[in-house]
Amino acid sequence: MREPTEPGPTPLRATAAPAGPGGASPRASSASAEPGSTLPRVSSAPVVSLRGVSKRFGGVRALVDVDVDVHEHEVLAVVGDNGAGKSTLAGVLAGAHRPDSGQVLVDGVPVVLDSPAAARALGIATVFQELALVNDLDVVENLFLGHEVGSGVFLDEVEMERRAWQVLDQLAASVPSVRDPVRTLSGGQRQVIAVARALLGSPRVVVLDEPTASLGVRQTAEVLNLITRLRARGHAVVLISHQAGDLQAVADRILVLRLGRVHGAYTGETSYEDLLAAMTGAVRPGSGTPMKADQARGSGTGR
Amino acid sequence: MNRDGTRGGGRTLAAVDPAPAEAGSRAALRQWFHGEHGVAPIVVGLALVWVVLAAIEPDFLSAENLVNLTLQSVPVGVIALGVVLVLLVGQIDLSVGSVSGLAAAIVAVGTVTAGWPFAVGVLVALACGLAVGLVYGVLSTRLGLPSFVITLAGLLFFAGVQLRVLGPLGSINLPFESWFVRAIQQGFLEPGVAWALVAVWILAYLGMQVWVRERRRRADLSCVPWSQIALRTGALALVLAAAVGYLSTARGVGYSVVLFVVLVIVADVALRRTRWGRSVRAVGSDRRAALLSGVAVHRTVISCFMACSTLAALGGILAAGRLGAANQGTGGADTYLTAIAAAVIGGTSLFGGRGSAWSALLGVLVIQSVANGLTLLDLDQATRFMVTGAVLLGAIIVDMLVRRRRQEA
Ligand SMILES: Nc1ncnc2c1ncn2[C@@H]1O[C@H](COP(=O)(O)OP(=O)(O)OP(=O)(O)O)[C@@H](O)[C@H]1O
Ligand SMILES: [Mg+2]
Repeated sequence: MREPTEPGPTPLRATAAPAGPGGASPRASSASAEPGSTLPRVSSAPVVSLRGVSKRFGGVRALVDVDVDVHEHEVLAVVGDNGAGKSTLAGVLAGAHRPDSGQVLVDGVPVVLDSPAAARALGIATVFQELALVNDLDVVENLFLGHEVGSGVFLDEVEMERRAWQVLDQLAASVPSVRDPVRTLSGGQRQVIAVARALLGSPRVVVLDEPTASLGVRQTAEVLNLITRLRARGHAVVLISHQAGDLQAVADRILVLRLGRVHGAYTGETSYEDLLAAMTGAVRPGSGTPMKADQARGSGTGR
Repeated sequence: MNRDGTRGGGRTLAAVDPAPAEAGSRAALRQWFHGEHGVAPIVVGLALVWVVLAAIEPDFLSAENLVNLTLQSVPVGVIALGVVLVLLVGQIDLSVGSVSGLAAAIVAVGTVTAGWPFAVGVLVALACGLAVGLVYGVLSTRLGLPSFVITLAGLLFFAGVQLRVLGPLGSINLPFESWFVRAIQQGFLEPGVAWALVAVWILAYLGMQVWVRERRRRADLSCVPWSQIALRTGALALVLAAAVGYLSTARGVGYSVVLFVVLVIVADVALRRTRWGRSVRAVGSDRRAALLSGVAVHRTVISCFMACSTLAALGGILAAGRLGAANQGTGGADTYLTAIAAAVIGGTSLFGGRGSAWSALLGVLVIQSVANGLTLLDLDQATRFMVTGAVLLGAIIVDMLVRRRRQEA
């Protein structure tokens, strides 16, 4: 392993898979080649938007007329009670759920995210709440599942293993062996693997559904640090989290979901008590008056 | 030398670098036995079956009988290889017997009755297999029907089609002098050619390992110790040399046997070294996770059904060639059960995700050894079924015990 010159943030590009044959769509790959790194941090057009998205599961209205904009250089946190529809929102962005109505736009162009592969090809990578790791496959196989590195039809195991170590090092993951089936790993280790998988290939938008729920202090810090770095590099991050600490550390804007509806957007500085009130619909907080998303974003990105 | 030296990250690399020189070959041996693709239990089982049969009937191990054994194993083995693929992707195909019988009927009727060249007959039969698999795959993925039911329907349906194609005669003889029948019944490799193929195989195997080791060393990843490479290559060389050497004292290695082994090797490489193979294992062990990871689940499942039916058709064609005829019994009765049992005895899980192409070859050798041995002993079909059933049960129990120990270890 060539030692990086400094132990600090390793450039993410190092782990980025080149757009392989049949990989990212031309638009997604050209845009992610240098994701806005030269842009000043001013409000730009959203990378991904949801417009009037609704989703039902039988009688349950998991999402009702949801509008969301996700911008580059921004961490959008999504909070809400259990069953508020957060994972459903993540699923829509990830291509795992087709909305019943409403539109998904990428760079202002309506797209159909009808499969996780389609979402990934458009530059949206997701860490699912249930992780979606294949237990019988080993760590490397899981990390590259669906977008393996190889020449022709054959896989390049050596290159994949090398990149696997790189991205795991960035996350300070302590995994006994990258050739063990993930079934043998602990819950936290599995979560790190899932996060690492989303980061490979340098997606433009990273959706993280409770990525720190079962992580230790050090790994949580690394994930938050990484989210900050992702933002600095111009990626858009959607962070679903229950952890007040996560939100305070990285959120630029906080979207509150309640019973499938958007219940206001708040700045990253909003106190957790105020958010709790909004999530549960208890007291209307005095200090945390819902702001227009644009205002919230303006003050959020200044941090 | 390896990553252990470059980072102090508190990572235990014990499992990555399992064999620091001294324990090298012992660890290699253990890994061979317990490894994820471990075929060792079945190899031991096969040896056991042979020892028992040879003790009762020494003729079993005669070169001529073993040549027969290899030839007998090919048709069902090819079918079992297809079954391995559908099992790996988490599905099942009960209709492989009927499809193989249909393919045999198509070849016989096409070439004898309609006068097609054999190549055309074979291609048409294979194309039918491909189409059947496509239909299964589409029904299974688009409509979400369970493959058990779809292929059970297929079993009945294609058994009917087979009878219809054969017509009122019910049996059609293939001309003995045709190249097709001659190649399957009397085609054997020249010893020189057989040895050359063995040499190519061993060199390719060795070269591959050395090349991968060299690349890993340059990427500063852990490397398997040389002792392990030597051990593996030596073991392969020993097995191949023994097989070819001994078989050559009789008629030798049949063309159809070569075809089967090549198919197994191709399937094995495809399963372990290509995107497709990775998708197959992922879909078989956790379909939803595979889908969320961006695997083209439908395409993968359909491809496995297609490969399975095509191999079933090929198995039927080879069976017809071996018999010199296609009749109502081709691919009938216990063919599909034998093929599925072979795959499972060989170590492929019925529940998807785990198994290897080699399990088709090893499993079919076990089953055919039992059948062949019992025939030598003049025992009837009844005993054969009962013994095969017992072997199947025994194989699954052993497999489970090994697996459990591996998970605890
Ligand atoms: N696949 C599904 N089938 C049926 N109902 C579902 C499904 N997925 C979600 N739901 C329902 O939709 C609602 C929203 O679920 P969702 O998983 O989005 O909540 P969440 O905000 O992520 O909750 P949590 O904090 O517990 O993760 C819930 O009432 C749930 O019961
Ligand atoms: Mg959730």
